[in-house]
Amino acid sequence: MATFHVVQEGPVNALALNRDNTQVAIGGRNVFKVYAVEEDKFREICNLRASKHLNLSFSCNDVSWSWTDDHYLATAATNGHVCVWNLTKMGKAMQEQDYQEHKRTVNKVNFHASEPNRLISGSQDGTMRYFDIRVKNAVAIFYSNTESVRDVQFSPHNPYTFAAVSENGSVQLWDVRRADKCQQQYTAHSGPIFACDWHPDSTWLATASRDKTIKVWDLTSKPTLEYTIHTIASIGHVKWRPQRKYHIASCALVVDCSINIWDVRRPYIPFAAFNEHKDIPSGVAWKEDPHVFLSSGRDCKLYQHSFNYASRPASKANPQGVSLNNKGEILYAHKIDVNNAIVKAAVGIIRKTSTTQSPDQFHLASSLMHQFSLIDHSDKSESDIFIALAQNYVLSGRSLSEMCEHNSAVAKEYGKSQISVVWKIIKTLYGEEFLQNSNSSGSNREDVISHNNLPINNIVSSVMGMEHDNDQRSRGGDTPAAQFSDETENEDQVDHIAIYNNGFPTYLNFRTGLPKGDFSFGENELDMELDSGIITDFQSGYRNFITPQQDFILPNEAFHIRHEIRNRSPPPNQFPNSNFQDISVDPQTIPMEEHPPALLTVSCLPKMPLWDPSCIVLDALKHHAMLGDVQTAACVLIVLGDQRKCLTELDESTQEHWLLGYIEMLSRFQLWNIATQIIKLSWIPAVEQLNQQSTRFNTNCSNCSKALQRIGWLCDRCHSSRYALCSVCHQVVKGLYAWCQGCSHGGHLLHMKQWFAINKTCPTGCRHLCEY
Amino acid sequence: TNNLFVDAFLQSNRLDHVSQVMGYHTSYLDHFLKTQNFILRGDGPLPFHYRHYIAIMAAGRHQCGYLINLQKQEFLLLGGEHSWLKGLSSIPPKLKNLYDINKILAHRPWQLNTSHIEKLTKGKDSWSLAEVIHAIVILTHFHSLCSFVFACGVNQEVDQAGGYKYQLPGETRVLAHPSNTNQSNPKDIPTVDITEDWKNSSHVGPPSPTEPEVGITTIMQRMKTLSEQNEECTPVELAKRFESIETQSAELGLVGADRQETPADISCFIEDEKFGYQDFAKRDEQTDFPTFRVQDYSWNDHGYSLVNRLYNDVGNLLDDKFKTAQCLTYYTMGGRTDVDTSRFRRAIWNYIQCLLGIRHDDYDYGEINHLLERSLKTFIKSACCYPQRVTKKDYDRVLREFKHSEKVHVNLMVLEARMQAELLYALRTVNRYMTN
Repeated sequence: MATFHVVQEGPVNALALNRDNTQVAIGGRNVFKVYAVEEDKFREICNLRASKHLNLSFSCNDVSWSWTDDHYLATAATNGHVCVWNLTKMGKAMQEQDYQEHKRTVNKVNFHASEPNRLISGSQDGTMRYFDIRVKNAVAIFYSNTESVRDVQFSPHNPYTFAAVSENGSVQLWDVRRADKCQQQYTAHSGPIFACDWHPDSTWLATASRDKTIKVWDLTSKPTLEYTIHTIASIGHVKWRPQRKYHIASCALVVDCSINIWDVRRPYIPFAAFNEHKDIPSGVAWKEDPHVFLSSGRDCKLYQHSFNYASRPASKANPQGVSLNNKGEILYAHKIDVNNAIVKAAVGIIRKTSTTQSPDQFHLASSLMHQFSLIDHSDKSESDIFIALAQNYVLSGRSLSEMCEHNSAVAKEYGKSQISVVWKIIKTLYGEEFLQNSNSSGSNREDVISHNNLPINNIVSSVMGMEHDNDQRSRGGDTPAAQFSDETENEDQVDHIAIYNNGFPTYLNFRTGLPKGDFSFGENELDMELDSGIITDFQSGYRNFITPQQDFILPNEAFHIRHEIRNRSPPPNQFPNSNFQDISVDPQTIPMEEHPPALLTVSCLPKMPLWDPSCIVLDALKHHAMLGDVQTAACVLIVLGDQRKCLTELDESTQEHWLLGYIEMLSRFQLWNIATQIIKLSWIPAVEQLNQQSTRFNTNCSNCSKALQRIGWLCDRCHSSRYALCSVCHQVVKGLYAWCQGCSHGGHLLHMKQWFAINKTCPTGCRHLCEY
Repeated sequence: TNNLFVDAFLQSNRLDHVSQVMGYHTSYLDHFLKTQNFILRGDGPLPFHYRHYIAIMAAGRHQCGYLINLQKQEFLLLGGEHSWLKGLSSIPPKLKNLYDINKILAHRPWQLNTSHIEKLTKGKDSWSLAEVIHAIVILTHFHSLCSFVFACGVNQEVDQAGGYKYQLPGETRVLAHPSNTNQSNPKDIPTVDITEDWKNSSHVGPPSPTEPEVGITTIMQRMKTLSEQNEECTPVELAKRFESIETQSAELGLVGADRQETPADISCFIEDEKFGYQDFAKRDEQTDFPTFRVQDYSWNDHGYSLVNRLYNDVGNLLDDKFKTAQCLTYYTMGGRTDVDTSRFRRAIWNYIQCLLGIRHDDYDYGEINHLLERSLKTFIKSACCYPQRVTKKDYDRVLREFKHSEKVHVNLMVLEARMQAELLYALRTVNRYMTN
């Protein structure tokens, strides 16, 4: 069977096949013809618009062919007329009846399947009329009480029942013998229903609506919704496929020009599609054969389609989809191979199982969706992450790039991939490696700089775009996009390469590394546990990495503080490492100074100004601060150490503001140690002094409990220093007095130290096990 | 109504006169405000200040200073550039490209064709289809709102100082009311709103000198006979009647004279001012622009689906609005109750769309002549096609036996029928563009 077509002079609104499928009648505003359907072409039998007296009765909305008598055609006209045509007659006599009873446009006309001479029409005026073509007027009138009736169909199972659907979304079932009221009525759709069709074998009724669904109702007793098909456009026509219980054909009303054949059990993708029409198709009629059907369209064409030429949208659909969101989580959906599963199951029992996908298996297709998350932080609140980050960040005591690397890893571990990236950028921009490179000798500076500049630009731009990117990805939602994931991978790989070229081997692009691993897992094993196992591995790897550093920080903190209080000295510079580079505020001057004049070439200088990243970094920090994430802004500033001076645009008050904000947050979470550390590390006097306000604390005389205001060893009331004696040497302690808070005995710091190096109990003999 | 007024006030910080007048029909006002709010402030592809500027462009076609001023304020509030308000010459080319469609839709929607859409969507500063649809919805909304504003004689908001500045001698639109004229004091809340003002004026309208108006009794009588007689007439006859209504309407005079000149601050938003309505029956290119058959492209079947596809949710809002406007009835006419007004309403609706070349195959256009007498037809035609010529006087002059709410109802139908007609033309064109 071939696909062939014939072109008409105007859009075709409807078509109808005669009883034995040898002839087809088509109707439209300017078309009204009967064709014979031959092996490979349509042959025009007669043109009913040939007469001179053309009027609106010839412009049909619908055509129907009598099931019992091949000579009779009925048409529904836009002006409200229902006409009956006798094909055996000629000229004006062909129009046997012209019922002018409907007040509005007639939408549908249908002959009764078994009763000869009977037909029914449904109109925009909300009525249905039952005609006997031998009688001049309607035999019965049915008032639907709705605005307009869009479709009427006789039931193939019960000769007296017909279904009517209307624009208010309701379905009515009528008995032709009872015109006073309908047997059943229910609301099926949230918008106008445009078409309905009875299933040829079972008691199903399919309805198609403007709400972009086709619903299949079982009307055995109470109407129950069996299946819902989601389409991409409003559906204007539906027709069940003969001999295929679950298949139904649909045509859209606008936009979608293809005729789709659906398997009702698989409601999201058509079983087959026919894309021959160039404008929307307006009608479908099956020949008895399930593989051949005719269709008419508003593109003025009448087609015969054959299933051999159907396109199968399902085979073109992406077999798998991956989507990333900005938290580094991955959704992965893929198809399960139904055939394999069936074959495997069947192999033991029956030898012969077809491995080609037969139509019956179409609906069995199913898919799995997995969600992978990097580390599940969903149960952790933002404040938990804040605390964790605050505790784990390393802000001093190591080289800048080490700290950045570490902090980046910390941020990553707690699911803050963006912040982690910020750290990496800082490292790249201000790390020692970079500065060394840029300061290396003049002979090879040209390529080093060019080398450095390019990747940085790449990285920065890609990272700056990252947020935006992520948004898009997450917005992309569940649309499967295999090629999409390819793109992202490529993009990331480029970054990788750029970075490795630049000689930072420790740069671990974790975010992108993981998806790839998962991807292959998903394909091969599909084992969630395995994946989470890997993730925990990674996690523990990180933990190991972190723990020694924590040890490293705390003692560092414990000693210095007192020392400072006493000396009132500015905090020692914590960044001796980063200090050794000669960083000037204007990096462009560096090449000038360092170049040996002999090597200075004219072309070299203007071409290669050192790129000053400060404004971009500044923007990034400000962005974070704006988002309420002062933590990042403040920590980056601290880690940058003296290099923060490069950020010339950033005024001191903003810096102070960020630091104070961070400190305040820390104290709210009772992270006193870290807050103190920040204060100590700060470089702004106002912040530094925080620790030095109200530091005075008076001890009380152990005799009279009067506060010792003047000096610590002489009570003004008791006039004695008795209680300020060292319990080891019994001298008055005039400096630091160390005492046990348990038994309140104490003495010179040095003496106490010596005593407790040997003993455990109090030197006074009170037998208290002092713990100092 | 009260709640709606409160909502409207909260949304736009004012209760404009249009809403007050529409307050006669609460159920409609609800849909109207929802829609207007959605297309101007809801989700949509166009940036907010663009939307208001498009509204200004649309109102400019009918020289509706009232709407222009309101939209100007909104435009500035949303961060629109001051310089754009200097006129069409200072706006980005993208917006300017829209002007052709604006012009055609406002006056001769049947002339719109796919090349106009193509021009917008291709090349530099191109529009996406979704943006085009959004713009079209705004344009049609404000074109037809102009009709309503003029037809109801809505005058400038009290705080619009400019409202009275360009009061030409021949212009009768502005009512001299004491409380409205001394509006120099900003604290002076508009205690006397215009609806009130409006009620007083209704019975003062001078009797039309030319022809005695057909009373409601007659109209009712005729509606009755029409529904009783089951006159069989040939389809040819019906087609002729449609033609004749078209031609007759072309012969109808118009109320008021054309304005001599346009105030400068309005004319800067107008280009090609001479382009105006041309009677559909008298169109030169009879063959190029065949009658639009509503059966071939109807709002319910095609328009809704298309608009909803390209501009989410607006289809539902418009659908509700059209339906309410079409079905709104209180079964009253003048003082009489229990009247089935559907024929009268349908006559008005179809007459308006007939003016724009849209034909309902299943309607007998002879009914229009029976039910709408000449003065009403003239009024409707003027309101629909030349709104700027309609004045409060004309409003007072027609339908004198009808109540205010009923007259506003007629104007609402002018608004909606016209908007639907313009939308149908525009959407059909977009649809053709998409399938080609």
